[in-house]
Amino acid sequence: MQRIVIFGATSDIAEAAARDFAKAGASFILVGRNPRALDDLCADLKVRGAASVESRIADLSHVASLPALCNDVQNTLGIVDVALIAHGVLPDQQVTNDLCMETLDLLQVNAVSPSLLMIEMLRIFKTQGRGHLVVLSSVAGDRGRPSNYFYGATKALLSVLGEGMALQHAGSDIKILVVKPGFVDTKMTAAFKKGALWASASDVGGAIVSAVAKGRSGVMYTPRFWALIMLIVRNAPSFIVRRM
Amino acid sequence: MAESEITHASWGMYPPEPQHMRKLTSRHAGLPLTGDETVLPYGAGRSYGDSCLNTGGTLLGSAALDHFIAFDAATGVLTAEAGITFATIIDTVLPRGWFLPVTPGTKYLTLAGAIANDVHGKNHHRVGTFGAHILSFELLTSDGGRRTCSPDENADLFAATIGGLGLTGFITHATIQLMPAASAFLDGQSIRFGNLDEFFALAESSSVNYDYTVSWIDCLSGGTSLGRGHFLRANIASSDLVAARGGKTGAGLPLSVPFVPPVSLVNRLTLRPLNALYYQRQQASVVEKLWSYDQFHYPLDAIAHWNRIYGPKGFLQYQCVVPVAVQREAAHALFLEIEKSGQGSFLAVFKTFGAVKSPGLLSFPMEGATLALDFPVAGERTFALLDRLDAIVVEAGGRIYAAKDARMSAATFRAGYARLDEFRKFIDPRFSSGFERRVMGK
Repeated sequence: MQRIVIFGATSDIAEAAARDFAKAGASFILVGRNPRALDDLCADLKVRGAASVESRIADLSHVASLPALCNDVQNTLGIVDVALIAHGVLPDQQVTNDLCMETLDLLQVNAVSPSLLMIEMLRIFKTQGRGHLVVLSSVAGDRGRPSNYFYGATKALLSVLGEGMALQHAGSDIKILVVKPGFVDTKMTAAFKKGALWASASDVGGAIVSAVAKGRSGVMYTPRFWALIMLIVRNAPSFIVRRM
Repeated sequence: MAESEITHASWGMYPPEPQHMRKLTSRHAGLPLTGDETVLPYGAGRSYGDSCLNTGGTLLGSAALDHFIAFDAATGVLTAEAGITFATIIDTVLPRGWFLPVTPGTKYLTLAGAIANDVHGKNHHRVGTFGAHILSFELLTSDGGRRTCSPDENADLFAATIGGLGLTGFITHATIQLMPAASAFLDGQSIRFGNLDEFFALAESSSVNYDYTVSWIDCLSGGTSLGRGHFLRANIASSDLVAARGGKTGAGLPLSVPFVPPVSLVNRLTLRPLNALYYQRQQASVVEKLWSYDQFHYPLDAIAHWNRIYGPKGFLQYQCVVPVAVQREAAHALFLEIEKSGQGSFLAVFKTFGAVKSPGLLSFPMEGATLALDFPVAGERTFALLDRLDAIVVEAGGRIYAAKDARMSAATFRAGYARLDEFRKFIDPRFSSGFERRVMGK
C-alpha cells in the first residue's frame, strides 16, 4: 500500500493522479485550500478504493508553516512513499495591474512554496532512505515566451531544482521526477481555445502514476510527443519564439 | 465559470448547430444563470439529436461534477455526482461485485443523462428502465430551489425529471440501487433466426430464463426472410463458469475513427453487403457464448468516435416502440417499409420490452417491441422514409424515443406521450432545448 501526500490536491491533474493511486488502495493526505473541494475529493477517493484519506487545509503560500506541515505529514503517514507537489496558478500576463506585487505573489505560490516543499520532503526522504518526489512543472519553463514568461520563469525554477535533486540522488532509492505537461484541459486553462495538442487531466494524471510505478527519476514530458516539440522549441531562433 | 463554444455537440452530429457551453465547477454552488438566456444541462452529449442542444441559449456542462459521494459495498447503494460516467461507475463497483441495474448500449453517458432520458437496456423485460432503480436525486431550479426528489419526497418532480430531458432543472447528484454481479461476464447463446415470426417465438421463450435479450436484424433482406437476424440472450455468468471457460476481459485493440470522412461510409453501395455479411458470419443456428460485459453491452464503444463514419452530414437515429397487442403487424409493416426504401442501417436493433412501469412521465418504453436503426442523412428521402415510419408507429399506438430524435413532428410526439400536458407544468421557465421548442410547443 502506498502512502501519498498531495500538495494542491484539488487541482485537476492532482485529482486525476489521486484517483489512479486510489484504485490500487493507497492512503492519502490531501493538502489544499478549499475545505469543501477537499471533502468531495476525500469521499470520491474512498469510493474508488483508497485505504484511508485525510485532508489538511492550508494556504501553501504561507511558507513559514510548511516545515511543520511536512512533519505532520510524516508523523501521520509514518513512511511517505510519494509526495506530489501540484499547486500553482497561471496568471493572465496581459491584464496585470500591479506588476511588482503580482509577480511577488506568483513567485511565492508557484516557486518559493513548492521549492520549500521539495526541500522539506527530500529531507524526510533522506531520513527514510527512500521516497518518490513528484513536482508539476511545465513546458512553459523551457523557454521564455512573450505570452507567459512570468509563469514560465516560476516553472523553470522548479524544473532546474528538481533536475538537480534527481541527478544528485541518481542510483539511490530517492527518486525525483519533474513532470512537464504540455497543454492540458483543466480549470486553470478553461479560458483557452483547445486544439489537437491538448491532453486531458486524466491522461497526465495517469502518466504520473505509471511513472511512479516504474520508479522514474529525472524530467518527464507528458504526453510524450512534447519532448520532441520542446526539443525544437528550445533550439528555435528567437525570431520564431517571439511569435509563439 | 468556464465558457466555451462547442461543435458536434450531439452524437448524431445533426443538427450541426454550434453551442455555447458553461461548465459547472461544484455541486454545492447555485445554478450559474446570467441575463435572460435559457439553459439546458449537458452531460456527455450521447443523445443523438437535439434533445441535448440549446442553440441560442447555454448548455450547463456537468463534466467536472464527476465525484463519487458514497458507496455501500454491502447493499449496493451508490451516490455520485451528475457527470460521472457509467464507465467510471463500472470500473469502481464491478470489482466489488456490483453492476448497473440498467445500461444502454454505451457506457460513456453520464449518470444524470441516464436519468434525464430514463434509459433502458437489454434487460428491460425483467427490470424496467433506469428510472425504476433511482432512490433519489437533488435538483437545482432557476427559482433558487435545491430539492431532494425521491418516490416519497417531491414525488411529482421526481416523476417529471425521470425521462424529463433535462427540462425540469439541473440534477447535481443521485443515489441509485446497483445490482449484484457475480462476474464481469455474461453467458448465453447467439441464435440465428430466419424471419420475424421466429424472432417473436424466441423472444417469448427466452424472456423467462434470460435476463438480457437483444437482436441484430438484417433490415435489407425481404420476402420470406424479412426480419432475419441474430438473437442474443444471456445471464450474468457465475464466477465458477468464468473460471471453467477461461473468460478474459483483456482490452481489445484501441480502435478509433480518427476523422470525419468526406462522405458517409455507410451508403447504398456498402449497406446491403455489410448486413448480409453480418448475418452470414454465424452459420450454425445456435452458438454458445461467453461475453465480457464490454463485448455484450457495449460493442460499439470499442470503436471511438464511430459516429464519424456517417460523414460530415451526420446521421439520424430512429427508435420506436409499438405496443404488444399489435407488435407483430406493426413490426412487419416497419421492416417492409425500410426494406423497400433500400435505406437503413448497418444493423438494426430489435427487442421486446416488458411490462415493468417506469416512474417517469415522459418515459419512452412500453410493453411491446422496439426497433432502433441509424440512417446517414441523405436529404429528403431519408426524412420522407422516417415520416412514413412515424405514421406506422402512431397508427399502432406507439412512440418515438426523444433521446435519438432530431426530426419527428410535434403531432407525432403528442400522439405518443399521453402525459405531455401533465409534464409541461414541471418545465423550469429558464430551461429549454432544441427538442423542446420543436415538439413540445411551450
